[in-house]
Parts: sequence; structure tokens; C-alpha cells
Amino acid sequence: MTRSSLLMYIARRLAAMVLLLILLSFVIFSLTYLTPGSPVDVLLGPNMRTPEAVAALTAKYHLNEPFFTQYWYWVKGAAHLDFGDSIQATLPVSDQIASRLPTSLYLGVYAYILAFAFGVIPGVVAAMRRGGALDRVTVAGSIIALSTPAFVSGVYALYLFAVVVPIFPASGPGEGFVDGLWHLTLPAIALALSVVAFLVRHTRAAMIGVLDQDYVTFAWARGLAARRVMLKYALRNALMPVVTISGTLLASLIIGAVIVEQTFSLNGVGSLLIQSVESKDVPMIQGVALVVAAVIIVMNLLADITYLVIDPRIRLGRHEA
Amino acid sequence: MTSIELDLAERQAPARTVRRGLVHGLRRVRGSVTISFLIMAMVAVTAVFGELIAPQDPSAQDLSLVLAQPSGAHWLGTDELGRDVFSRMIVGSQAVFLGPLIVAGGAMLIGNILGLLAGYRGGIIDAFIMRLADLLMAVPGLLIIIVVAGTIGGGYWVAVGLLTLLLMPFDARVVRGATLEQVPRPYVEAARTLGVSNRRIIFLHIWPNISAVVVANTCLAYSGALVGLASLSFLGVGATPGSPDWGQMLSDGQNSLFLNPVASLAPGAAIVLVAAAVNIIGDWGYDRLSSRGASR
Repeated sequence: MTRSSLLMYIARRLAAMVLLLILLSFVIFSLTYLTPGSPVDVLLGPNMRTPEAVAALTAKYHLNEPFFTQYWYWVKGAAHLDFGDSIQATLPVSDQIASRLPTSLYLGVYAYILAFAFGVIPGVVAAMRRGGALDRVTVAGSIIALSTPAFVSGVYALYLFAVVVPIFPASGPGEGFVDGLWHLTLPAIALALSVVAFLVRHTRAAMIGVLDQDYVTFAWARGLAARRVMLKYALRNALMPVVTISGTLLASLIIGAVIVEQTFSLNGVGSLLIQSVESKDVPMIQGVALVVAAVIIVMNLLADITYLVIDPRIRLGRHEA
Repeated sequence: MTSIELDLAERQAPARTVRRGLVHGLRRVRGSVTISFLIMAMVAVTAVFGELIAPQDPSAQDLSLVLAQPSGAHWLGTDELGRDVFSRMIVGSQAVFLGPLIVAGGAMLIGNILGLLAGYRGGIIDAFIMRLADLLMAVPGLLIIIVVAGTIGGGYWVAVGLLTLLLMPFDARVVRGATLEQVPRPYVEAARTLGVSNRRIIFLHIWPNISAVVVANTCLAYSGALVGLASLSFLGVGATPGSPDWGQMLSDGQNSLFLNPVASLAPGAAIVLVAAAVNIIGDWGYDRLSSRGASR
């Protein structure tokens, strides 16, 4: 891939991303109409149906205009982070999302770090001792972990470390950084566990693939130190495919966070989504869904581009593919 | 969990190397395949005959015996309404067995047809199907299902339908890749020369030859759908409230973790066991079928 074809690729991916965002925003906007009841009823929620309230809503959400005009107004608002007002709290949706964001970000970053530490290292070690007892345990463990949803690991973690051996708090995000670390450890472990198996499997497979390569055999034959062969020759190349999946990983961490926040009663963006779904707070659902979907899609794109940029074969234009 | 997204991604990844490594390790875990088949057979039996097997009425409430610990009368204790957890788990296996079966089966059927067509025909059909698949695959699936199924109502079956739609492109992509490997082979050429119809070549000649990939993928889709549907029920947008469903039992029981932890730990373990069993069977099937192909 040459430099210009790399740019072409990025341009194509960007176009696909925009198309997908338009598609999703359309589905999300249509929720106002797909929800049982007329749009006014949906947007009123449990509030009093006075003529003034109906008139105010009609004016605010342009309900008298054709469907596509309404969509256009909504998208224009969304681009400026204006998703309307929450029915429940009568506050702007964006304010609510912003107030919930720190908890979710903290949880996400914490889990991401844990996932990489406990995914990549066992994967590499298992590959180096292929067929050994450690490898077998890792493989068996990864099959179990792969089949464990975040809410199951969450409830088990709660039971073990908050009920049986109460060393961690059962709920709440805590105050400040250190207290937060203590409060978010269990949720972060539960969340990380759901993606760790995936990382272990990929790292192990990539490492095994690299260790079988001729250049690694040659490095051994030249009598290079084991550490040099492993770290500099094998690991660096084995980590390439791992980078590719990091975007997908992030996406699944975000979805997993919805479940984990619910399990541990954390007030993050994910539990905001579930709460608004439960109370049929449509503007809130639309706002959160669009923001989360956009973050996931952009992250995926960034991961793909990062992969292209760090791969020297592509970066230096030597690889014709 | 989130594993559905990951399973999905896994199937985009160079599946072959990942799988080969795993099967290699798996053969050493003795009896895991037999146990997996036993687990699935048990789930199949309880799914079909659940109401007959269950020792007690799964929806009978006994408010004088709320959140009881496991005992002779209630093997897994009772939940917050005094219902027998064991009976609810048996009857709940129906949703666990059937829902993912529909999702995996539906996604396999449509995905395979699209994948075979794209791989065999190539050209503009291929480009169109694959761009569509790319677009669908980039949709953050569980998020959209939570939002749509949760808002418009309809719960479980809306979730099943959406999940099928969103899993389909992954099947299509993998099958297309496998088909592309088969098309240049002599037997396809020979069949063409003999004037065999394209439809016959695709379904009777190529399809059986890529069965290893199909089986492995369908099993992955099954466990992914199982976990995904349970997650949705846990979040309250899947099964109808009150119906026995493992995901829902887990979220109901979570509040009473101090009194009868088994009420939520047991359905949790059951979800993991069944999902793992399907994954192991898928790996085993891939291993068997692909080695059979190689020795021919």
C-alpha cells in the first residue's frame, strides 16, 4: 500500500463512517415515532397534558413540520450537542450526560489497563510454554472467561469480595481518585474479565505465529540472548494484530460498561441509558445512544488507522497489498 | 456480556490461526467435548420437557418462604417472591435454548446464502453484499438493540430479530472468504465444465466443503446470541418481566445476594456452562470437519 492509497483508504473509511452515523442517527431519531403513542404523548411522558405544554413541545421539536425537516433540526441540534430536554428531569440531556461522564471514563480506562495487563502477559507466556501446564490452564480459563458475560462475573465478584469477604464496597463510585480506585476495582475487574479472554487468545495465537517464523529461528541460531529474541524480535511483531483489535475491544468495553454500571449501581452514562429506557425518556435515550454510538464508531476507525500507521511495511510503502 | 461484540470481532480476525492454536490446546483438556455434549443434551431435554420435569410450579409464589436457603424442598432455595429457583431455572432453559437457536440458525442461513453468492459470483454482487456487510458490522449491536427493543417494546422477539440481522454479516463475510478459497479448485472447474447449474455447484459442491467454517461460526453465533440475549434480559429489555429467564433471575437475585446468593449465582453459572459448552463443541466440530477435508 503506497502513501496515496493509504490516504484513499482513510478517505473511504471516513465516508463509510459518516454514512453509518447518518443511518444510526436516523434510526435513533425515528424512536420518537416508533414508540407507541403520538410524538406529543411520547415527548410529554407522564407530565400534564395542557394545551400550553403541547404547544411548547410542538414548537420546540418542530412537530408540525414534515418528518425529514424534524430530523434535520434534530441532527443540527445534535451536532451542537443539543439533544433536547430530558422528560424526567426537565434538564438538557447534554448536561446530564456530562455529569455522568467522569465515572464512566474512570471505569473504562481502569478496565482497559487491567484488560491489557491480564490479557497480553498471560497470552505471551502461554505461547512461550506452548503445550505446557500453564498453557493448558490459560486456554481452558480463556474458554470459560470468553463465555462469561460481564454481569455474571460482576455478580460473582460482588458475592465473593463484597459479601463473603467484604474487602470492597458493593456499590457507588466513591469520592476522589484514591477512594474511586477502591470503589471501582471490582467493577473494573468484572468489566476487564469480559474482554481478557479475547486478548489472551489473540496474543497467544499471534505470538505462536511469530515464534514459528524463520527469522526468529535464525535469531536463536545466531545465539542471541533469549530476552532479546523474545522482546525485540517476537513480541514487537506479535503485538501488531493485538493493536488491530484494540478498537473492537474498546467498543465492547463501552457496551460492557452499561451492564457493569447497572450491576454495581454506578451512576455512569451506561446506567443513565438503562434508566431512561426504563422510564421511556425518549430525548435522553436518543442523546445517550447517539453519543455512545458515535464514540464507538470513531474509536474503531482510529484503531484501524493506528494499525496502518504503525505497521512499518505500510508506513514505508514497501508492502504491496 | 460484551462477549457478543468480541465473538463477532473474533470472526473477522484471522480465524484460522486463532482456532488452530485453541484446538491444539483444547485436545489436551480430556473429556471437555463429552461433557459439553452432555450439558447441551441436558439443556435440550429441559427446554422441551421443562414444565413436566420441574418439581414445582415455576410461578407459584410462597410469600411465607421468601429468599429461603437451599433445602430438600427447594434445591436452590427460593427467590424474593418465594418461587422455587430450581424449577424456574429448568423452565427458563427454554428461552436459553430456543432464542439463540433461532438467531444462530437464521443468521447462518441468510449469511451463508449471501456469503456463497458473493464469493462465487464475485464482481458487483460481491462488492454490494460486502459493503452492506461492512456497514452492518460496524453497528454497535447491543447498544442499538437495547435502545430499539427497550423503547418500542416487544422485548424478547424484537431482540431476537435484531440480533439475527446484526449477526448475519459476520457469517456472510467468513463464508465468502471460505468460498473464495474453493472457487479456483479443480472440482468446481470440473463441475462447471460438465454443465452443472450454478445453484447446484454452490449448495451441493462448495457448501459441504466449507462445512467446518460454517459449523464453527454457527456455534460461535449461538453462544454469542445466548450471552447477548441473557445480557438484554439482565438489563430488563429482553424477556417479559416475571417470566423465568436466566438473565432476569440473575438481576432479580442480585438484590438478595446476602440472603440467598444461590438464586443469582446458579443461573449465572448455568449461562457460563452452556455458552462454554457450545464454544467447545464448535471448536471440536471445526477440528473434525477440517481434518476430514484435509485427508481426502
